[in-house]
Formats: sequence, structure tokens, C-alpha cells
Amino acid sequence: MRLDLGLIASLAPELAQALGVTVLTWLGGALAAVLLGFVVALARRYGPRMLDAVLGAGVEVVRGTPFLIQLFLLYYGGPFVGLALDPVPAGLFGLAIYGAAYFSEIFRAGFEAVPPGHVEAAECLGLTRAQTVRRILVPEMTMLVLPPAVNMVIVLLKETAVLSIITVPELTFQISAIGSANYAFVESLFLLACFYWVLVEACSRLGRTAEARLSRFRFAHA
Amino acid sequence: MTTTDAISVRGLSKRFGAVEVLHGIDLDIAAGEVTCLIGPSGSGKSTLLRCIAFLEEASAGTIVVNGQPLGFEQQADGTRTRLPAQRIRAARAQIGMCFQQFNLWPHMTALGNVGEALKTVRRMSRADADAKAMAQLRKVGLEARAGHYPSQLSGGQQQRVAIARALALEPKIMLFDEPTSSLDPELTGEVLNVMRALAADGMTMVVVSHEIGFAASVGSKIAFLDHGRLLLQGSPQQVFGKPRHARLDQFLDTYLDRGAAMLV
Repeated sequence: MRLDLGLIASLAPELAQALGVTVLTWLGGALAAVLLGFVVALARRYGPRMLDAVLGAGVEVVRGTPFLIQLFLLYYGGPFVGLALDPVPAGLFGLAIYGAAYFSEIFRAGFEAVPPGHVEAAECLGLTRAQTVRRILVPEMTMLVLPPAVNMVIVLLKETAVLSIITVPELTFQISAIGSANYAFVESLFLLACFYWVLVEACSRLGRTAEARLSRFRFAHA
Repeated sequence: MTTTDAISVRGLSKRFGAVEVLHGIDLDIAAGEVTCLIGPSGSGKSTLLRCIAFLEEASAGTIVVNGQPLGFEQQADGTRTRLPAQRIRAARAQIGMCFQQFNLWPHMTALGNVGEALKTVRRMSRADADAKAMAQLRKVGLEARAGHYPSQLSGGQQQRVAIARALALEPKIMLFDEPTSSLDPELTGEVLNVMRALAADGMTMVVVSHEIGFAASVGSKIAFLDHGRLLLQGSPQQVFGKPRHARLDQFLDTYLDRGAAMLV
């Protein structure tokens, strides 16, 4: 391989910085997506029917179009409607909206999977809707939605590669540049894949640990 | 309605879309008595109980709980107006409910289930709520299971925790929706014993049950529903004694067919 270890070592500071940008846009975007997705799911469940219809249509549009095109439209089309964002904020914003559409569906399904009787029991005991969401629905739902939510977080990690098209200096952008400069496309892409794979592996391990902790009461036996 | 009536149901109807499942029910439930709602599947007995719990909103008619209108108030011109949420909560606070499926929250221990509303609704401190929840668990004989999650308890134990959970808020009336129907026959006894003790303590109870033996022995009043109508009501002797209403006879035969010849 032409991309020898010496070259990697000499590029280590740049690679570390690119890794930092990837991890930050990923975690920032995923966190925003989870929160926004949760709000959308709540609004669709408890809000007026009109709001549900509007949000539902929005979710369909976001899920029905490629992230690449959404990001292009946001970054290059945004200024035409007064939304001129720098690459990193545009990337974060795009990831948040894209992820929120999927997370809202995950949470919606999670809410529906909680037996209605558990909510009725809370209602009979006088818990308010907010208390029921906080104390009953969210904890019960969390263990149900954890596997698909972790899956979505992993998808978002890999989608950060798309941010390279709007010049966010993350791993894909930087390593592609290094590959071009050194005529080492295959090697650089291989290195890039390794980076993502290590991150995904770390994420899914964390997810499994969380699942095991959360589900202890469901599968516990005396 | 007399002063001793805990619940007074007047002209209650409930429709789901085009189907009317309750037709103009009038029922008085006396304080301190056990009223058993019996009847075949689809007769509307569970829907009636759910209306009293305000889990279903009746399409017409009113329910008064200890003098307070539940959910709706009848106006002088005959129309019904929905009461503000605060008054609905106040009326509902007098009522405790137990479900066929227990509906314990799986992410909380038995103690957590019983203490939850004490903390969130009654704003009790954790220590006070735990102490009171433990006392309730003791009453249903499950003090030793306080730290168990619902998945670690038998069906009978889960239902006893559910009863303790409802009792912790000190309701004046307890509603039971087929409390033993999802239990093995061996486990129904422990739940019925808890209910018997509660009745002996003078709790006002409304019980939807297929346990005709329990209804006949513990019930002070039997209400027999068929096709959404209250066909018969009275003391167990009046309702079960001979001569018996033909439709009730037919209904009871299905029990005798199953070998439960325990009746008066």
C-alpha cells in the first residue's frame, strides 16, 4: 500500500481533527434529532389533528428523499430563502432534521407499543398527562425503542460522510483530500472505512450495554 | 338518589360509532355495599364500569359520585355540559380501579407501583410514600415481595399489588373489572380473599365478575345486564332465588354446564 504508516503518522493531527469534526457533528446532530423527534412524536400523539397531519407530511417528505439532496438544497438553496448557513451548522441542522423524521417514527411506534391499560391505570390514579408521559410512557418505551434508536444513531454516523459535499471538514472530506493529493484512493478509502467501523462498533456496544441494563426488570426472574 | 348512595347512574347510554352498547342504565350503588355486575360477554357490564371510572365517556346520561357529578353535569334544559378538568379529577379521586390485566407498570417494583401516585399525585415524600405503600402491601399479604418487579410475581400477586396500588390513595369506592378472569383457577382464591376482606371493612365496591359464587356470597346487590340493558337488580336472594328470570336462568346454565353448581 502506498499510504504508508509514516504518511499516516505525519497526518495524524489532521486526521484527529477530522475525526473530531465527524464525532461532534454526529453526536450533536443525533442528540438534536432525538430531541426533535421526541417532540414531534409527542405533538403528533397529543396535539390537534391538524398538527399531526402537517408533521406527518413533513416526516414523509424527509423520509422520501435522499439525505444528499436535502443537504444540497439546505446548503446551496438555503441562501435563496434567507437561510445562509456555514458548512458545519448546515450539516448539524440537516442531520437533525433528517434524523428527527426517523426518530419521531421510532418514538411514535414506541408510544403505541405501551399497553393502553398502563396509561389508563395512571389516569385512574390521577396522574396528569405530563406525569404519565414522564413516569410511565417514556421509561416503558425506552427499552422498546432502544434497538431501533441505536440503529438510527449508527445510520446518522454514516450519513455524516455526506456532509463532505458541503465541505464540512470531517473524515470523508479530509481523507478524500489526502487520497487525492497522494494518488492513494483505495488506501485512503480503506482507512476511512476502518474509522467508521470502529465508531459504529463502539456505538453498538454501548447500545447493547444500555439495553442489558434497561431490560433487567423485564426479563428478571426471582 | 338517597344520602347513602355512593354512586347514582341515570339514563346512561354509550355508543361506539353506530353500536349502542348501553341503553339508558339507571343504577344506584349504596355506600358500604358490594354491587356485582354480571351478564354474558358483550352485555355492556365492563363498559358500564369503565364509564363509572370515567375511562369511557358516556354518550348520554349522568353519573353522580358521592354528590359530585362525574365528568358531565345535567343542565336545567336537559343538556349535558362537560365539567372542567379540575372537577373531573376531584370526582375521580374518590374512585379506585382494578383491571383484568392488572396493568402494573413493568419498570417499577411492587413498592414502586403502589407508591407512585402517592409521590406524583399526593406529593408525598419518598420516605412517607414508601412507608404507606409498604403498609398497603402488608394488607394484601405481599410485604415480602415489595422489591419484586411485576415480571417476578404470579398473576394473583400482581392483582393484589394492583389492588394495593388503588387502595393507597384511599378511595371511597373500588371498581373491579373482571379481577380474576386472567388468573389460573388456583390463583383466583387469593384475590377473592383480599376482596372479601375489603368488603368486610365496609368498602363500597362495584365488581364486574364471572365469579357467580363470589357475587352470590359477597354481593349485597346483583345487577344483571343483557344486551346493554339492566335486566334485573336486587339482593342475591331476589335475583338468584326461584322463580328466576328466564334470561338469567339461561345465563346461569352456562355456569352449571361447567360444573360450578354452587348457587342458591
